[in-house]
Amino acid sequence: MKKFLSLILALSLVFSLTACSPKQDTKQEPAKEETTKEETSTQGKMPAVAKEDIKVGVIHIGNPADGSGYTYAHDQGIVGMQKALGLDDSQIIRKNNVNDTDPTATETAILECIEEGANIIFGTSWGYMDTMEALAAEYPDVIFSHGSGYKSNGTNFNNYFGRIYQARYISGIVAGLKTESNLIGYVAAMGQENSEVTGGINAFAMGVNSVNPDAKVFVKVTNSWFSPEEETNAAKALLAEGCDVIAQHCDTPNPQLEAEKSGAFGIGYNSDMSKDAPKATLTSAVWDWSQYYTWAVENLINGTWTGENYYGGMEEKLVGISPLNESIIAEGTKEAVQDAEKRILDGSFNVFDGVIETNDGKTVGEEGKTLDDATITGGINWYFKTVTVK
Amino acid sequence: MNMFINFLVAAVFAGTPLLFGTVGEIMNEKSGHLNLGVEGMMSLGACAGFMAGFLTNNLLIALLAAFVAGLAGALIYAILTITFMADQNVTGLTLTIFGIGLSNFFGEYMLVNSNTNSLKLPENIAAQISNIYIPVLSDIPVIGQLFFQYNPFVYLGIVIAISCGIYLNHTKLGLNLRAIGENPGAADAAGIKVTKLKYLNVLLGGGICGIGGAYCSMIINGGVWMSNSVNGLGWISVALVIFASWSPNKAVFGSFIFGAFNILKYYTPKTYFTIPNAFYDMLPFVITALVLIITSIRKSKENQQPASCGINYFREER
Repeated sequence: MKKFLSLILALSLVFSLTACSPKQDTKQEPAKEETTKEETSTQGKMPAVAKEDIKVGVIHIGNPADGSGYTYAHDQGIVGMQKALGLDDSQIIRKNNVNDTDPTATETAILECIEEGANIIFGTSWGYMDTMEALAAEYPDVIFSHGSGYKSNGTNFNNYFGRIYQARYISGIVAGLKTESNLIGYVAAMGQENSEVTGGINAFAMGVNSVNPDAKVFVKVTNSWFSPEEETNAAKALLAEGCDVIAQHCDTPNPQLEAEKSGAFGIGYNSDMSKDAPKATLTSAVWDWSQYYTWAVENLINGTWTGENYYGGMEEKLVGISPLNESIIAEGTKEAVQDAEKRILDGSFNVFDGVIETNDGKTVGEEGKTLDDATITGGINWYFKTVTVK
Repeated sequence: MNMFINFLVAAVFAGTPLLFGTVGEIMNEKSGHLNLGVEGMMSLGACAGFMAGFLTNNLLIALLAAFVAGLAGALIYAILTITFMADQNVTGLTLTIFGIGLSNFFGEYMLVNSNTNSLKLPENIAAQISNIYIPVLSDIPVIGQLFFQYNPFVYLGIVIAISCGIYLNHTKLGLNLRAIGENPGAADAAGIKVTKLKYLNVLLGGGICGIGGAYCSMIINGGVWMSNSVNGLGWISVALVIFASWSPNKAVFGSFIFGAFNILKYYTPKTYFTIPNAFYDMLPFVITALVLIITSIRKSKENQQPASCGINYFREER
């Protein structure tokens, strides 16, 4: 009997062990598609808050004063929202340098915002997701809005991100027309397993390919979202291999500066990096987060907050490319860019359309269809045919 | 072949900030003071050097400012540990946090007050810190590329390392210092001014670290100010001290080897098989552990940490 009992216990232990390790979501929940239809939904899920009573909390992973990069871009969005809605400085609460791998620090920062009276809190980094989800349940009258994640509860906890791949496709056209060696470098923060980075590389390479089928895209992975030294070294190596245009998905403008030093060109990211490397940066794939922040806070003021997710693109002006650097772009760039922008805006082209060849000889997608948003945000783990990871 | 030369050149580029940090830390440890504040002193130097260069457009002033800033950081450490006998590890760690914070604070202060929201070194100094070109010598194939076309910091670092080696091994002052590092009591009894020499070396080491910081902010970041520009290189330098077995001369090669490991992942072909990047990131530290094991097996006195390193010297407890 004893033996039997212990067997049962052991089995249940084993079972509970396996039960305790839920499979990580490889496919993320589909982000909401129709962001523009919110005007039709009349009833908001949160009571309207008068403009004077609005308090916006922002949780930053870095420091807005960095001058470029991810946090800077987000904070410019907050500043833009503040201007658009005419909010006072005292109505914005910023929490900077909040480590997103530290749930306690995240929780403290958010609770401080709530204590100071925040009605809506934006968390800009992936790692805040679970903490925000838990606190959203605890504080039902505060809105929690999380960038780059995939969780939401339909009322006071939503997520927001954007179709930056559209901007990357366009910037690929600029690079493809400029390159003379037909080798384009790409400094990537993360490897194949990260759909956001990999999808961006693919969109960029497809943009290059659309105007210059001979050009190849060489990728070097730094394995870090922020590492000035690694990013410089990766760019150096790409330039040594003969790349004459360096694109990037990383935080510092170092790849642009490295390209500038050796007389090559570059495509920046996050914010307009031509202010750092005016002789090299052709254009940058940029975010205009103010589009979302204004939309969200406005909804709260008007009482039209529905708790839906936001996945904006070029149509919403959330993403785009910074003004072309006229003195160094190749001839015909402007027309090609305008043409592609038009096709994306009128919906006739969605970047990941039809059958796409990958670099290991397989294909992805179906004729006449386009990849759905869930795949784009969470399921791109292949590289386009012209991409080589170096 | 060409790619291999590119690799070696890039290794020197990546190893130079480590060289400064390592030589600075060796100067500290040889005096019996384990200073974990290398990262902080480098950060201070990074900010001071960059800002001085930005404002004065003069490389010499920038280098001097970086040196003085690193020295000032070391002065805090020296006063606390040498005079007030505070715990060396804790003081060093605090110095790291303090240095990074202060450097970012001033950097952001300058950034916020700039018109363009971007701080870029002016042309003149940017030209001075770009790769040198010596007629004829720089044009020799391979050799010119490998030896005569780095930025001035690289040569400065090597000169500093070799001078420190001569100082520690061939001058009376340096030999006295090594005696202090091994056994301050005996050195004191022999009439060596322990406190004075300790101060001198800790400060000197801090200054050298400061120049390494300036390398990060001025060269690695391409002459545009960025917060957290040192980003962990100071810590690698501390590990590199062990790899170089407390010798400034070995530190030259050690830092270039570490630099090479650092960039190896960008230069190895990925056509046939791929090794995860994490493996490359791990390599320098695995090698350091191996060096530790090998030196401890060989038990050679010369290649080991100074005996009194990490222990404060109380004259009254002799």
